[in-house]
Amino acid sequence: MNPTLTEIIRDGLWHNNPGLVQLLGLCPLLAISGTMVNAIGLGIATTLTLLLSNVLVSLIRNHARPEIRIPVYVLIIASIVTAIELAMNAWFHGLFLILGIFIPLIVTNCAIIGRAEAFASRNSVPRAALDGLMMGLGFTGVLIALGALREVLGQGTLMDNAHLLFGEWGHGMTLQLYPSEHGFLLALLPPGAFMAMGLLIAAKNWIDSQFEAEPAPSAEDTAAEPEAGNI
Amino acid sequence: MRFRTESSPHMIPAHSVGGVMQQVLMALVPGTLAMVWFFGWGVLVNVALAVLFAVAFEAAIVAARKRPVMATLGDNSAIVTGWLFALAIPPLTPVWVTLIGIAFAIIVAKHLYGGLGYNPFNPAMVGYVVVLVSFPREMALWPAPEALSDLSLGLGQTLQTVLTGSLPAALEWDTLSRATPLDAMREGLGSGRTVGEVTASPLFGSFSETQWEWIGNFFLLGGLYLLFRRIIHWHIPVAVILGVAIPAGFFWMLDPDSFASPAFHVFSGAVIIGAFFIATDPVSASTTPLGRILYGAGIGLLIFVIRTWGGYPDAVAFAVLLMNMVAPTLDHLTRPRIFGRSRRGPPPGDGHA
Repeated sequence: MNPTLTEIIRDGLWHNNPGLVQLLGLCPLLAISGTMVNAIGLGIATTLTLLLSNVLVSLIRNHARPEIRIPVYVLIIASIVTAIELAMNAWFHGLFLILGIFIPLIVTNCAIIGRAEAFASRNSVPRAALDGLMMGLGFTGVLIALGALREVLGQGTLMDNAHLLFGEWGHGMTLQLYPSEHGFLLALLPPGAFMAMGLLIAAKNWIDSQFEAEPAPSAEDTAAEPEAGNI
Repeated sequence: MRFRTESSPHMIPAHSVGGVMQQVLMALVPGTLAMVWFFGWGVLVNVALAVLFAVAFEAAIVAARKRPVMATLGDNSAIVTGWLFALAIPPLTPVWVTLIGIAFAIIVAKHLYGGLGYNPFNPAMVGYVVVLVSFPREMALWPAPEALSDLSLGLGQTLQTVLTGSLPAALEWDTLSRATPLDAMREGLGSGRTVGEVTASPLFGSFSETQWEWIGNFFLLGGLYLLFRRIIHWHIPVAVILGVAIPAGFFWMLDPDSFASPAFHVFSGAVIIGAFFIATDPVSASTTPLGRILYGAGIGLLIFVIRTWGGYPDAVAFAVLLMNMVAPTLDHLTRPRIFGRSRRGPPPGDGHA
């Protein structure tokens, strides 16, 4: 069965969101979402990788032998990530230093190889490109939400260090919401990342249950509660 | 004549949850009064605020979960959580720290997991660890005990300090606060002094600092009352105290200059209150006799290890939370033999039961 274009968009951004529903690529998602700028940087890099890898995998989908398709995908993804890493090193050096190992680690992000295997290898190039873009944007959205939440709670700012991403005028983009000496340190630490992620997933399930038709709330409710409890 | 037949259970348990929690609260009173005596009104203010917040959050989250509010509040567990949290934090902690800690304790650690009876972690300790990790500066401000300092804050000044987070005029944190014995020991040993030099300070009594010893003694009194009323069993407190004292004694005998004595370890910080009131939480602790001993000994050992080589001066909260994670496994592995059955499960001689 072939999803329509609207379905692809909806799946990537919400219903099958790589961060909130598939729970793929959690390692960079949790590690890099300490501030919004880091989140945006990693989100853009991941989205680009997803888009390009989906296009390339879709292009060769009729030529790669099935026995060796996974190594081929990994090679493609690794080449793309290396190119992006070099580009970030050249033009966003400050951000590159902060993101560190998590740029090369995009190669191992299961969301990317998952989309290559599950979608791009079975669909035409334009559809694969749309899927890659939407999955990437969905992932970026979760990263940004998590980054914003943790940054506001942890250090009372939004878009701190924006100049790393946007150049000199980015200095003016930082919002100081409250004095940072009372920041909620836990939000910046790894447990805070897990808790915030759990709350986001719970929030998504709750929103879904609000929109769902009245007759069938029980399955969603019971599914949502243990999830919220697992944080 | 017809006799009325009642359905089971025929033996009604002597303790309801609310009654047990009431006994625990009563047992906390002497130790709390000792803390008020040594540290001033702040302790009482904290207890009042924390209990108030705990009950308010409990009512709110229970209402949000569409459960009966008054019945849940009647089990008094929120009061115990708030009270224990208040005893863990320094007496002049700003009110917003208490608010955040209690919110985490009641909402995240207790009700997101399903409420009383379902929480794998001790709620009060989760709340305390959250604020301890998040606000290290506020959590370090233990005031000098009143007996040792000319400065003592009245009730009004204490309220003002707690509610606004700033001291009354002409007072500084530096003059009011000082290191706890565990802090002093940690700093002293870290800067190359010996245990003897640290404890030579006039503040130290026979084991630890005098007032901490007395606080420990009064909590011990409350704990013994709980033992006497059979609210708690002896396994966990004894195992915790021995779990601290035995490794501490071993290292102390090896090198009494760089390791504090076991008595210092037991009577400093939160070991006594932890052993009797925190580790014995019936929900998050192990429930089999052998499991309780292992659970308590694990807590004791972890307290000693984290105090001696870890990054924090005291470790009761961390140790309890770490062992909470192990408790279900301990219960599973130490399940006692069921009457009429062999240890493997089926009754002897009946292979296909």
